[in-house]
Amino acid sequence: MAKVSLSEISINGLWKNNPVLVQILGLCPALAVTASVVNALGLSMATTATLVLSNLIISLIRNFVKSEIRIPVYIIVIASVVTAIELSVKAYAYDLYLVLGIFLPLIVTNCVILGRAEAFASKNGPVAAIVDGLMCGIGFTIVLCALGALRELIGNGTLFDGMHLMFGEAARGLKIVVISDYKGFLLAILPPGAFIGLGLLLAGKNIIDHRSSAK
Amino acid sequence: MIKQMITASLLLTLYSVIGTGLVAYTSAATTEQIKANEKGVLVNSIGEVLPADSYDNDITTDKISISDPAKLGTPNPVTVYRARKGDTPVAAVITTEAPEGYGGAIKLLIGINSDGTLAGVRTISHAETPGLGDKIETSKDDWILGFTGKSLGEPNLEGWNVKKDGGIFDQFSGATITPRAVVKSIRTTLVYFKDNSDSIFSKPSDKI
Repeated sequence: MAKVSLSEISINGLWKNNPVLVQILGLCPALAVTASVVNALGLSMATTATLVLSNLIISLIRNFVKSEIRIPVYIIVIASVVTAIELSVKAYAYDLYLVLGIFLPLIVTNCVILGRAEAFASKNGPVAAIVDGLMCGIGFTIVLCALGALRELIGNGTLFDGMHLMFGEAARGLKIVVISDYKGFLLAILPPGAFIGLGLLLAGKNIIDHRSSAK
Repeated sequence: MIKQMITASLLLTLYSVIGTGLVAYTSAATTEQIKANEKGVLVNSIGEVLPADSYDNDITTDKISISDPAKLGTPNPVTVYRARKGDTPVAAVITTEAPEGYGGAIKLLIGINSDGTLAGVRTISHAETPGLGDKIETSKDDWILGFTGKSLGEPNLEGWNVKKDGGIFDQFSGATITPRAVVKSIRTTLVYFKDNSDSIFSKPSDKI
């Protein structure tokens, strides 16, 4: 495989090959937790941490894994990393754990992570693998937060509600009431809102790509 | 071929051992903190329904588990935390659930003073419709605070219904099932407490 520059890896992870918008991977958590920005941010940060760690470990052991057993080995690595992260969140950010609940262990089944392990980390050095994991993670985070913001704004009329769950009491003031005395729009909070919101984001990305290639 | 299979399985075993080791290490390092967190949350939610200065025992360990689907109205065992001052029973804090919620069981924490009046009720968890049935949360509405001070005599048994069913408790516009389930569960718990208050306070606490 040809050497890829770090900036190219970054652009791929963030935009050209964005895990959610282009590869359409990891939709289960992306749709389930994005009812508000804080939930989206919490889960995508945990996912990013998993991506970086699993990419690093898999890249380090890539020469010691026989190809026939590589998938089970990746799964072991990913499952161990996710369990360790879940326990840490439970110990040091318990409020957030109560919100994210079952979605933390479900990170194991997020195809983005196995996808990056197989497609990238198993063929590249540790530095490139870390950058790839980080950039894919940030790409994932941006899309989830955008979707979370969209749904929270339309559904509740607020932004960044409940940030104290993640960042302590000082962050309570981050809540922005965009539309005061808003009655709420249920559809946006319920699962259909997630699909419609994601559809809008996909369309938005396609429009931008289309415009820039037409130039 | 055989040799390849053996190396492959040995490698796989090795990785499993390392992975398990990582998980075991994190688990050991975080157990204490997680236990403290869980206890903190429990103490906080008990404090919501019962003032911490009204009792002096260690309420989180003075608990019993009761399973009585017919009389408690829930198929699952309920946990009763017992508050005492000296040897005198002060109140019981009961974690029960209202199985007939719109989105499945609604978990409730019900504090009952030893004289049978409600010290307070809080919703622990639920899956009711956001914007309609979630008014049972204190962060959304004051509705559930209205139970404080009520008892089986005040209102009388017929009064323990939502207004639509002839009782005194408000339903929410667009959501009757949720408050109906909550009111029913509280009423059932109060009746159970009245009939069994002696045994509730005298049973030895469960081993932890």
